[in-house]
Amino acid sequence: MFSDMTLFVVFAVVLIAIALPLGRYMTNVFFGENKIVGKFFLPIERIFYRLAGVNEKTEMNWRQYATALILFNVFGAVFLFLIQLSQQALPLNPQNFGSVETWHLALNTAISFITNTNWQAYGGESTLSYFTQMTGLTVQNFLSAATGCAVAVAFIRGLTRKSTHLIGNFWLDLVRFTVRVLLPISIVLTLFFVQQGVIQNFDTYQTVQTLEGAEQTIAMGPVASQESIKMLGTNGGGFFNANSAHPFENPTPLTNFVQMLAIFIIPLALVFMFGNVTKNKKQGYAIAGAMFLMFFIMLGVNYSSEINGNPIIDQMNISEPTSFEGKEVRFGMGSSSLFTTITTAASCGAVNNMHDSLTPLGGLVPLLQMMLGEIVFGGVGAGFYGIMVYVLITVFIVGLMVGRTPEYLGKKIEAKEMKFVMLALLIPSVTILLFSAAASVSDAGLAGLNNDGPHGLSEILYAFTSGTANNGSAFAGLTANTVFYDLSLSVAMLLGRFGVIVPLLAVAGSMAEKKIAPSGLGTFETTGFTFMILLAGIVFIIGALTFLPALALGPIVEQVLMIQGITF
Amino acid sequence: MNAQKNNLNSTIIIEAVRDSFRKLHPAIQIKSPVMFIVYLGAIFTSYVALRDAVTSSNSIFLVTQISVWLWFTVLFANFAEAVAEGRGKAQAQSLRSTRSHVQAKKLMGTDWLMVDADTLRKGDILMVEAGNFIPSDGEIIEGMATVDESAVTGESAPVIRESGGDKSSVTGGTKVLSDWIKIKVTANPGETFLDRMISLVEGAQRQKTPNEIALTILLVSLSLIFLVAVATIEPFAIYSGAVVSTTTLMALLVCLIPTTIGGLLSSIGIAGMDRLLKHNVLAMSGRAVEAAGDVNVLLLDKTGTITLGNRMATEFISAEGVSAAEMADVAQLSSLADETPEGRSIVVLAKEQYGLRERDLNALQAEFVPFTAQTRMSGVNIQKLEIRKGSVDAIERYVKERGGILPDDVRQASERIAKSGGTPLVVAQDTKIMGTIHLKDIVKGGIKERFRELRQMGIKTVMITGDNPLTAAAIAAEAGVDDFLAEATPEAKLQMIRDYQEGGMLVAMTGDGTNDAPALAQADVGVAMNSGTQAAKEAGNMVDLDSNPTKLIEIVEIGKQLLMTRGSLTTFSIANDIAKYFAIIPAMFVGTYPALGVFNIMQLATPDSAILSAVIFNALIIIGLIPLALKGVKYKPVGAAMILKQNLFIYGLGGLIAPFIGIKIIDMILVALNIVG
Repeated sequence: MFSDMTLFVVFAVVLIAIALPLGRYMTNVFFGENKIVGKFFLPIERIFYRLAGVNEKTEMNWRQYATALILFNVFGAVFLFLIQLSQQALPLNPQNFGSVETWHLALNTAISFITNTNWQAYGGESTLSYFTQMTGLTVQNFLSAATGCAVAVAFIRGLTRKSTHLIGNFWLDLVRFTVRVLLPISIVLTLFFVQQGVIQNFDTYQTVQTLEGAEQTIAMGPVASQESIKMLGTNGGGFFNANSAHPFENPTPLTNFVQMLAIFIIPLALVFMFGNVTKNKKQGYAIAGAMFLMFFIMLGVNYSSEINGNPIIDQMNISEPTSFEGKEVRFGMGSSSLFTTITTAASCGAVNNMHDSLTPLGGLVPLLQMMLGEIVFGGVGAGFYGIMVYVLITVFIVGLMVGRTPEYLGKKIEAKEMKFVMLALLIPSVTILLFSAAASVSDAGLAGLNNDGPHGLSEILYAFTSGTANNGSAFAGLTANTVFYDLSLSVAMLLGRFGVIVPLLAVAGSMAEKKIAPSGLGTFETTGFTFMILLAGIVFIIGALTFLPALALGPIVEQVLMIQGITF
Repeated sequence: MNAQKNNLNSTIIIEAVRDSFRKLHPAIQIKSPVMFIVYLGAIFTSYVALRDAVTSSNSIFLVTQISVWLWFTVLFANFAEAVAEGRGKAQAQSLRSTRSHVQAKKLMGTDWLMVDADTLRKGDILMVEAGNFIPSDGEIIEGMATVDESAVTGESAPVIRESGGDKSSVTGGTKVLSDWIKIKVTANPGETFLDRMISLVEGAQRQKTPNEIALTILLVSLSLIFLVAVATIEPFAIYSGAVVSTTTLMALLVCLIPTTIGGLLSSIGIAGMDRLLKHNVLAMSGRAVEAAGDVNVLLLDKTGTITLGNRMATEFISAEGVSAAEMADVAQLSSLADETPEGRSIVVLAKEQYGLRERDLNALQAEFVPFTAQTRMSGVNIQKLEIRKGSVDAIERYVKERGGILPDDVRQASERIAKSGGTPLVVAQDTKIMGTIHLKDIVKGGIKERFRELRQMGIKTVMITGDNPLTAAAIAAEAGVDDFLAEATPEAKLQMIRDYQEGGMLVAMTGDGTNDAPALAQADVGVAMNSGTQAAKEAGNMVDLDSNPTKLIEIVEIGKQLLMTRGSLTTFSIANDIAKYFAIIPAMFVGTYPALGVFNIMQLATPDSAILSAVIFNALIIIGLIPLALKGVKYKPVGAAMILKQNLFIYGLGGLIAPFIGIKIIDMILVALNIVG
């Protein structure tokens, strides 16, 4: 237990130590002069602009920005869909996989990867060719992360510019982030992973004889290159079905630690970048502080619930800890609990243990974090613009209490912004609730369930929450590759992604037009300890109250019943 | 109007009770979307109760009670609004009674004809004589009269109105006490100041203010989310094999949606306008009241606001070789015929310091030389003796023409006075310079403290004055304002407002003259003095009936109070939800999952009593908070951080805890009265 605590603290310290300079670098990438770095990267970037025939120099208003973003993503989805359906005719297919079975699975996977969800209704090693993994999935791993980051950058422009309707150029943001941030870090990570033992080859699957004499097929593939961006871009779609629990994806404690770091560094760096751009680093620290606060509360609940384990097993006189089912012994309790909390705090969704096997209360943590919209660091870009929804709501409610029209960074929050902010809150919440409700009473929805009772309800809730929140982790226990789940989850993923992005770009556009009032003694401080606590409080009250009835009938009652000795 | 300023009385309450039923009309209910949900819930549960009565179902008792309390919730919200409106209505009633049907003497061609006041149109010329009511708003084009304006301002002392200058406007419904005036009508019937005032206090023209709209969007969105959250309980319950009645779901929904703030929102707005009216300020729109809370910069006219109206003589500095008494004597002589306040203060100072009594000018055979723009001096000629006082330059020119000189010590004294913010007046007798009078602006007592308070509120004060920069700086320092605009012209004033606004700030100012009108219109909060011109009153978005420029500070406080009350009640409303969940969720599902009983931390007696207690608490809290909504959350100028801490503690933490206690008490009463099984 002591070593687990040490792990948590070391993780936080290393995370901050990396995110601070990365935040400075990214500030320079998007808002700085870029003299030296630019010289190196500009020629590479120009190739992409010229190839695509786009003009990276003219700035866009929010409508143009949103249109470019959506068109780009639609194109990406169609491309990925077609690759999957034609992979048997394409190269790099040593296992001779046929085209992806069922169009709805291919559609689900396409949408899943463009929305940064990486929900996997397929098994990677038994369905997809290396070509599909590399040119389809890995490419979208980069681009969906870059899309999220672009929105965050545009949002920051909206908050910090004044009297303009321009919020930047989508193509420029997309390409710059990919070329100057994602690619360099990915290359380093990939080399590190390879050094640690993550495989990277185009071999056919190996058949080996086990010690017992049985035959076992071992899947191969270009894993390391996909692994790095899977974590860095908070994508989470594993090369193999077992994801980061698979020794070829995550071989050592060190890779496990680095993978967890890779999930959080860009989301946290974005928060620091925000502080830098506002010329008041404390603005960023306050948000980061609220995130750390919520993170450690969530981690604490998950970890203590897992450590306490299952009282039923405890009575069987099995030595502690009792909830090791579904966890890798090589990672242990601390690393598993930390990984689970991180992967659902961010919109990553990679797993190194099976969430379905968590204690009910422990399973509530990933579920709740995703329901809140993954705003504890969150996905690349998505976490930043997601927390901004709550920041603006907090500023609005609390700001009124000091006797002024609420303002954030000197900009008034008025009816128009409130409308779009509330839409961004409403769309995902309603999507999760309505789809889960429909699934819980329809034959098609219930058909996929492997457990009944509250645990079954948790599985349904988890699926739609994970999809809508663009997380992609699964509670397992649910057969998700059916027409119903493939299609309903596709819709949920789209709504959860673009139903938040578009309203928030509108907020950015509207905020950019405003003037900036200087702050003074009469203004509500959005820095410091009070704001940090308030923000976390509003997240829990506004975010959690919505889902409390559903959670009461799922994990909450399950936990209470488990203590009484009843399981499902 | 003062007489109507008393608080709630029984007639207002009775009228408000009646109104709360009248407001049950759907067309009125839909204006408050949050309460409309409750309204629909009340109708729905009534229907269920009726259906249960017909089928004689077991649940009828509970359903009926929930239904009754949902109706109460709606009625309580209606009542809150009706009480707030009631005060205004009473005021409007008394205003109407002052506008008795009057006759007007109107110029038709060359004749004066008596016509009914209702027929008057803009541009008509009227004659109003002593003892008559002024039939409509107008501008005096000829004459001067004392006017009793108590009907509008509540101030019983008569005021003087005269043609030309800044005191030329008259208000319909006021009464001429002496002399006569010829006026040009400036408003058509129904558009007069009194008409506008009546419709304003009645709230007839009340429109939602920008911040109210934004808050409503937040409340409606939260209600929608809760609607979906509650509606999806049914399928989840079906999945879990639990039976949840729609009445219970309705009860939960009503408890979760922010009914407390939803039900009190419009009363808070009306009460804000009402508080201004109590301070004798008439806001033309709720938007202006809200803007007042947001003001970053106050532009204050020096004269009358920061300083007492006039400069006063405070010191005589005699020239070398002239005794102080001699100097005071000549100074007094120079001012005996000078009726300006400055002149009077010189006479008074000489009397106070040197015991010099006023002398009769006629007895001295003195001839008064009045001030002209050319000479920029005034004085007296007593036989051959010429006494003059004026600015340094003017007197220097005067004595030089006559072969005298301005001594260095006098020049130095003058410069010293100017530097300290005073105005030097040099006195000369023939070619001899006698000395300098120090005229000083007297800063109002207590104003410095007010400015310090404003600074703590985060508001910048800017003094506007026609004085030269040196004088202005000295007074600005003495009064403790943050900045000043010297040698202000109307254009400079307007430009200054625009500059501040460009920097994202909201500007408030007061004004009374016609040349203030553009600035008043440009300012976010423009308070026109009631004594001012018609143009000024039309340009501003508030009128101060007391014509007290310092009132701006109170106006800002009232605006802040309005926003604070909204924010605090919203926080309270949302914080309440946690306790309500703890009351209702276990009660809903404990039948299916007895284990959930552990969450019944309030130990409520039965599931029925738990649900009913939550609904009753939800209804009663609206009634309980009406006084707060009407009075507003207390405002202290201590800065945003401190205010936030206090309000968070009271309304945030209080909002978390209060319902736990309230629901428990109601539950105990219900059990004691044996109301629920």
